[in-house]
Amino acid sequence: MKRLPLMLLAPLLIGAEAPRLVPDVSQRKIEIIYSFTGAELLLFGAILYPGGRAPSDDAQIAVVVKGPQQPVLVREKRKIAGMWINANSADFRSVPSFYALASSKPIDRIVDPRTAVIYELGIDNMQLSPSSGGDPAEDRRFEDGLIELKRRGGYYSETAHGVEISEGVLYRARIAIPARVPVGRYTAETFLIENGRVIAAATRDIDIDKSGMEAFVARAAEHHSFLYGMFAVAMSLLTGWAASVAFKRLRR
Amino acid sequence: MDLYLPIAGLSVNIFVIVGLGGLVGILSGMFGVGGGFLTTPLMIFYGIPPAVAVASSAPQITGASVSGVLAHGSRDGVDYHMGAVLVAGGAAGSLVGGFLFRVLQEMGQIDTVVNVMYFVMLGGIGIVMAREAIGSIVAEWRGEKPSRSSKRHHPLIAMLPFRWRFYKSGLYISPLAPLILGFLTGIMTVLMGVGGGFILVPAMIYILGMSARVVVGTSLFQILFVTATSTLIHAMTTHAVDMVLTVLLLIGSVTGAQIGARLAQVIKPEYLRLSLAFIVLVVAIRMGLGLGWRPAEIFTVQPL
Repeated sequence: MKRLPLMLLAPLLIGAEAPRLVPDVSQRKIEIIYSFTGAELLLFGAILYPGGRAPSDDAQIAVVVKGPQQPVLVREKRKIAGMWINANSADFRSVPSFYALASSKPIDRIVDPRTAVIYELGIDNMQLSPSSGGDPAEDRRFEDGLIELKRRGGYYSETAHGVEISEGVLYRARIAIPARVPVGRYTAETFLIENGRVIAAATRDIDIDKSGMEAFVARAAEHHSFLYGMFAVAMSLLTGWAASVAFKRLRR
Repeated sequence: MDLYLPIAGLSVNIFVIVGLGGLVGILSGMFGVGGGFLTTPLMIFYGIPPAVAVASSAPQITGASVSGVLAHGSRDGVDYHMGAVLVAGGAAGSLVGGFLFRVLQEMGQIDTVVNVMYFVMLGGIGIVMAREAIGSIVAEWRGEKPSRSSKRHHPLIAMLPFRWRFYKSGLYISPLAPLILGFLTGIMTVLMGVGGGFILVPAMIYILGMSARVVVGTSLFQILFVTATSTLIHAMTTHAVDMVLTVLLLIGSVTGAQIGARLAQVIKPEYLRLSLAFIVLVVAIRMGLGLGWRPAEIFTVQPL
């Protein structure tokens, strides 16, 4: 969040000559209802060149959709006495629950490594803030394990040619949101990159939330846990009883 | 057809879950076991988070037991006196189990402990049951009469003090024995998401020596109350009871139970016990291998 003012100022610092981004997303709010099996976000927009300047051939776009950050504990299994058991662990304070990067060309070819780290472009450039304070090699191992797990679960992804730029001014990218993403406020960041440097950036928020019956059930389970438990038991008993009555009728 | 589970936080195929419930229901109708020892691992295998799978299978077993308890009750197949003692032990056990679940979860060892418990208990019970069932099948082939041992129950049980009369079970034993048995199954219900029928039924037959006529009904009676208690404990501690998942499983299992109950009347009890022993041993072996194999995921993530 500290970078945000800087990112907003960045185009101003470069001067009036710099192009501007006008980004948008297809959905500002994703509602999770009973039939939710994931969503596809369309991120699109235009690059505005001041003074009717011709679009640059070298302009590249990268978009990043990030989920809410959370602190997590990562455990590592080791073989102990013939069994695989959780042994060591490390905690990370800021792990995005979702991270998807799409760019018009492979990200390591359009930005220099330092810029990539500053703007957290690329899964390996995320700052996960390990808080164990231990040996950096070990932190790295846990970080790799965490990233690999998230990547395989579909939570982290990088698409090298995921952004389409037409005529040098319009761009669009599709990012798939899998069904099992956590709820919360997501951000969609768009970066305009030229000659390895970010020259314009813009952010849009997307809210992903459970709605309708799903939200009601989730809230009840969390805040009225005793009533929820009683209701779950009552409902099970009723279903079981109703079924036995129904089958008795059926048999007669 | 996909449906989003609000607590598990993912969408599942309705037919897979209902089918899973149906399969387990058939088992529960046939053997008088809740089938949780199959549902929970299968749900985890399907991708449902372990905590949700364990917590949501408890109310499912409650619902699946109702029809069984009613059916056995109307046939005078439930020893309520014995059942009450078992339930008392079970309620205490599930409270202790809830505490253990918390502690083990914080230590990060819940999965390992649950797997070891599955392996040891299912393996032990499976072997005992298989030996007994094969023995009686062989005896029948040879034309021998099934010889009932003169000792009704285990000698250790006879040593316990304060004997009570359990008329329907045909027993004059100390209530401490069923109390301890109930307590252990209560712990298992919370930790493993099982009703504990696969422990209760053999223990009632071979250790307590209860009259076979009331074994299944009484074990279902105990399971009904203990899984209800465990549901409440999970709802209040882990917040992982997914009602939508439970209802889907129930729809399958109550239907399956009817089919299972009819199958049980057709098949000879020895063969029934042998096939249950087989299923139990397969699950045990799978669990045992799972402990020794290199897991697909070396790392696991737990939100803080």
